[in-house]
Amino acid sequence: MTQSDDTEIRILAPTGVCGSGFSEESFELGLAKQPHFIGCDGGSTDPGPSHLGCGEPAFPRDAVKRDLRLMLLGARRLKIPLLLGSVGTAGGDVHLAWCYDILKEIAAAEKLSFKLALIHAEQTPAYLKKRLAEGRIKPLHPAPEFNDAVIDRSAHIVGMMGAEPWKRALEAGADVILAGRSSDTAIFAAMPEMRGFPSGMAWHAAKILECGAAAVVNRKTPDCMFAWVRKDHFVMEAPDPQLRCTPQSIASHSLYENSDPFRLIECSGTLDLTNSRYEAHGERAVKVSGSTFIPAEHYTVKLEGAELAGYQSIVIGSVRDPYFIRQIDDWTARLQTRIHARVKQVYGDRVTPDQYVINIRIYGKNGTMGPLEPVKEIRSHELCLLIEVTAPSQDIASSIAGIVRHQGLHLPIPEWSGLITALACPYNPAHLDRGPVYRFNVNHIVEPDDPYEMFPMEFHAVDGATSRKLS
Amino acid sequence: MTMLAELARLIRSKNAGPFELTFDIMFDDAATYERVKRSGAVSREAVAARYNLPASEVKFFYVDNACAIKASIPRPYFQGDLLDSDGHGGQQYAPLMDIEIP
Repeated sequence: MTQSDDTEIRILAPTGVCGSGFSEESFELGLAKQPHFIGCDGGSTDPGPSHLGCGEPAFPRDAVKRDLRLMLLGARRLKIPLLLGSVGTAGGDVHLAWCYDILKEIAAAEKLSFKLALIHAEQTPAYLKKRLAEGRIKPLHPAPEFNDAVIDRSAHIVGMMGAEPWKRALEAGADVILAGRSSDTAIFAAMPEMRGFPSGMAWHAAKILECGAAAVVNRKTPDCMFAWVRKDHFVMEAPDPQLRCTPQSIASHSLYENSDPFRLIECSGTLDLTNSRYEAHGERAVKVSGSTFIPAEHYTVKLEGAELAGYQSIVIGSVRDPYFIRQIDDWTARLQTRIHARVKQVYGDRVTPDQYVINIRIYGKNGTMGPLEPVKEIRSHELCLLIEVTAPSQDIASSIAGIVRHQGLHLPIPEWSGLITALACPYNPAHLDRGPVYRFNVNHIVEPDDPYEMFPMEFHAVDGATSRKLS
Repeated sequence: MTMLAELARLIRSKNAGPFELTFDIMFDDAATYERVKRSGAVSREAVAARYNLPASEVKFFYVDNACAIKASIPRPYFQGDLLDSDGHGGQQYAPLMDIEIP
């Protein structure tokens, strides 16, 4: 199946996210097919805003190190580039530094030498304010309000890079590229596009590769995927001989985590799958053709940002008494009123109701869907209440949670006279402190002057335990 | 009449980024998919009604080569917001399961 370099690009995607794992056997089978590069993303917004907000990755350090070590050893053995994007989950500078640190440990332990490119994706407030004032930051739909105050209170804002910074790093001879937030697909589309393969083929193959073996029929655990990108088609196959792709499984993958299954918007244009054709290629592989890429009139870079929403404490308690269950909405409304009254007694004007949020989730009623729950009647014989307090400091959140517990325990209902205990609390202390909580605060695009200005790049010569920054 | 859940291989919901929620209704074979598609029971309007939205807020697609129907809506609360109850958006599809297919 192997052809010369100018007729195909072979790509190995070890897994959908660095840190989620893959089989070493599959990886070796992939390496045996002589890929031109190995690519993997290390992040997503899917784990939630806290990873971007507080700088903590979603996957454990040891899990990322295990995957990264195998990828790095494989890439160095074959002398092919290793491309890792959106490292550390959110791809900010703190996440990039975290992953670089792991990479250095591996290089030292394994005595590896290579040229490393680090591509930054974190955006400075000054840059964003300048582009905003120029009218070159525009909302997608739906989008929260974005202005200078939002920029100032953001913990981190990153840009999602396209293929161009990757191409520049490859052209400069990088053996290993660690990048901050990137379009997952750009990691895989960069080299095929750079070598002159059609953008439609490059980006569509990339869209499937970025999830590893997710597009197979019989997914067991996260694992490797392999692609042959050619001039008028690409072929996709999982290296594990037990995994099978079908035309339907590959076509279905364009649905996953996208709002539109036919048009996928990237910085440099739109991948259009309207006329894609999917054919079986042997027993386990699929051949895809007909996908096109429509270049954008203006190059755009999507922003992701997170800001502190407050500090949180929660109380978990349940109710079993049917008298409570039948009036739970009324009871929780009265509880809220009682909590506010008690907070005012305790804090006076120091903590006002607009400074904290009490949210009562009622599991067994509509805990999962909230106001969208179409089932209005409670059919459960017990309910779980998850009562959250979000406040400007952890101390205040914890104190109010203490008030929640005590007020909740003894708030009466008319059916009973005398002192009652209404909530069954499984934990002691009854409240749990959750620390800082964050929210996503931007769904906008920037129109930069060029694809590189938001993504500064640095090169390092890594040689075992030493690393030297190249000018 | 048959419930959609009995005909589909998989009905799922998921985040499509932090601001949108997307639903995939997938079928094993073209015949079942065509039956559901032709019935018209799964439509932009049907999805809008089940999620209390105007039809103009629903993106709706038939994906023939995947034997799948897809719809996307703005998230009721942005992912991770204080009132959001489903960070990955994974359990929001239940109201689609009992759509009746003639």
